[in-house]
Amino acid sequence: MLADDTIKTLELKANDIRTSIIEMLVEAGSGHTAGPLGMADIFTLLFFHVLRHDPKNPAWEERDRLVLSNGHIAPVYYATMAHAEYFPTEELKTLRKLGSRLQGHPHREFMPWLENSSGPLGSGLSQATGMALADRIDAKDKGRFIYCMMSDGELNEGNSWEGIMLAGKNKLRNLIAIVDRNNIQIDGYTEDVMPLESLKAKWEAFNWHVIEVGGHDMRAVYEAIEEAQAVEEKPSVIIAHTIPGRGVKEFERDYKWHGKAPSKEEAKMALNELRTLGGKIKSEHQ
Amino acid sequence: MLNPELKLNPKVFNDAGENACEQAPIRKGFGQGLLLAGGADKNVIGLCADLTESTQMHLFAEKFPERFVQVGVAEQNLVTVASGMSAMGKIPFCSSYAMFSPGRNWEQIRTTIAYNDRKVVIVGSHAGISVGPDGGTHQALEDIALMRVLPNMDVISPCDSIEARKATIELAKTKRPAYLRLAREKTPIITTEETPYEHEHAQLFWLPEVGLADVGIIVTGGLTYNALLAAKELESENIKTKVLHLTSIKPIDGDAIIKLAKETKCIVTVEEHQVMGGMGSAVAEVLAQSFPVPIEFIGVKDKFGQSGSPKELIEYYGMGKDSIKSAVTKVLKRKI
Repeated sequence: MLADDTIKTLELKANDIRTSIIEMLVEAGSGHTAGPLGMADIFTLLFFHVLRHDPKNPAWEERDRLVLSNGHIAPVYYATMAHAEYFPTEELKTLRKLGSRLQGHPHREFMPWLENSSGPLGSGLSQATGMALADRIDAKDKGRFIYCMMSDGELNEGNSWEGIMLAGKNKLRNLIAIVDRNNIQIDGYTEDVMPLESLKAKWEAFNWHVIEVGGHDMRAVYEAIEEAQAVEEKPSVIIAHTIPGRGVKEFERDYKWHGKAPSKEEAKMALNELRTLGGKIKSEHQ
Repeated sequence: MLNPELKLNPKVFNDAGENACEQAPIRKGFGQGLLLAGGADKNVIGLCADLTESTQMHLFAEKFPERFVQVGVAEQNLVTVASGMSAMGKIPFCSSYAMFSPGRNWEQIRTTIAYNDRKVVIVGSHAGISVGPDGGTHQALEDIALMRVLPNMDVISPCDSIEARKATIELAKTKRPAYLRLAREKTPIITTEETPYEHEHAQLFWLPEVGLADVGIIVTGGLTYNALLAAKELESENIKTKVLHLTSIKPIDGDAIIKLAKETKCIVTVEEHQVMGGMGSAVAEVLAQSFPVPIEFIGVKDKFGQSGSPKELIEYYGMGKDSIKSAVTKVLKRKI
């Protein structure tokens, strides 16, 4: 159970991370906006309250593993890592620039403490499944968890379901997938492009424990993670219903923000909205 | 003559009778090697996509069931799960038919193994036209090209079962991702237990008894036997050759290739693969940059395969002993 104070602290941190996301995207001039904003709450919760990790010792062997399957939401991953002090926040402005550690899609060669390189969709869950299987073989499956961050669009990929099938077969209790159910993909709304529903029933049919939750409710997501950690004999998936573009009203729920960065004017508006907490405080300097 | 330093099988040219050369499928050596590698290192893992016995992984699976992962008919999952296991310190070998892995799952291999720099050995069995009656869908003739183009990826193509066993044991120890190419059919055993195995070095299997060679033949995989047959007959026709066997197509032993080209001034390459993008192309890349000489390429020339017996198909697609001899004659005429 999360205390109210903790929730407040996490929400403010998520707001800072959203601010960083907009700042880095406008500087880069390209990249994905909707997914990173939509997942800022869950990434904040994971990095500041759930994951066993040590930013000062990223290679710590006993750390939990976080596999990012939908590499295009890299901005939220990088911003959260910077705020967690893996590297200086100033470096976020190098996103997508030549020689930067912050590649457009995550690449381990440039940032060795990433668990995986990703971008092409549908193969992160299988990598996480391999990690969970390796821990099972080494009898470490009760000591730590493998988290896999996925998009809903990438559930169009056959490879995703191959991974889901294998993890279900092997009853991997140490594997927790988190699906960003934001209902959009590049070409439109998921149910128009390629319907996924009934998504819960599909995962259940593959022997997974399924929890549906509102993805911006810190308390509910945390409870879902606790529930997933407690499940024996099955891998768990948290289907997190999120609002793409969350935090900037003008961007919310519109699929055109899936794969583009804000212009300077749009960024100014977005940053003002974030820095004033959506108008709750009068100006960003007060 | 067979290179005496390499202690090759003295019976290799006996094709009948009591003293006939032993034959075994190259894939069988992989199965034996994986079993030994698994015994030597508990981190070795076997993953298979519903072809456990035909890729010879069953030996490992029976001995180490706790370290064997059956993924079903799902080659994309096969290699991505292996990538994840490698991230946790495991040494995964994942086997299927070459046509499906790397044929079907190339992007997953590129991103999650090569780009991700995860040590995984992708084992492609049933490579080449000699798969035979199953026909063109199952005859991988493009896999060397697919894999050698990937940064970080080694490509290993043994010539017989014994060498496949040694290569497998070695691959469990190296740090880099690798593709191990195997064949289905029984082929003559060319090497012996005493033959030194050098992972990245090409070996001269055949050389003239005296003097310099007129033509250099560079070969990989199961066709090494045909190259040796051709070399022996050419010797009796007073054409002196050297046969250089490349187990490792990548990294490629450029020094050995250039040295041979400088001696012979012409080269014939021999592989059971498309000529485009294969081992011969790799040899041509080396020579074009350092010591250009005429080259004739033995391999499949921009065609798909079809059903037939392995021997018929090798002849039909121009990879038999006589085709190699013709290529030698042809390249001799082009020699400057």
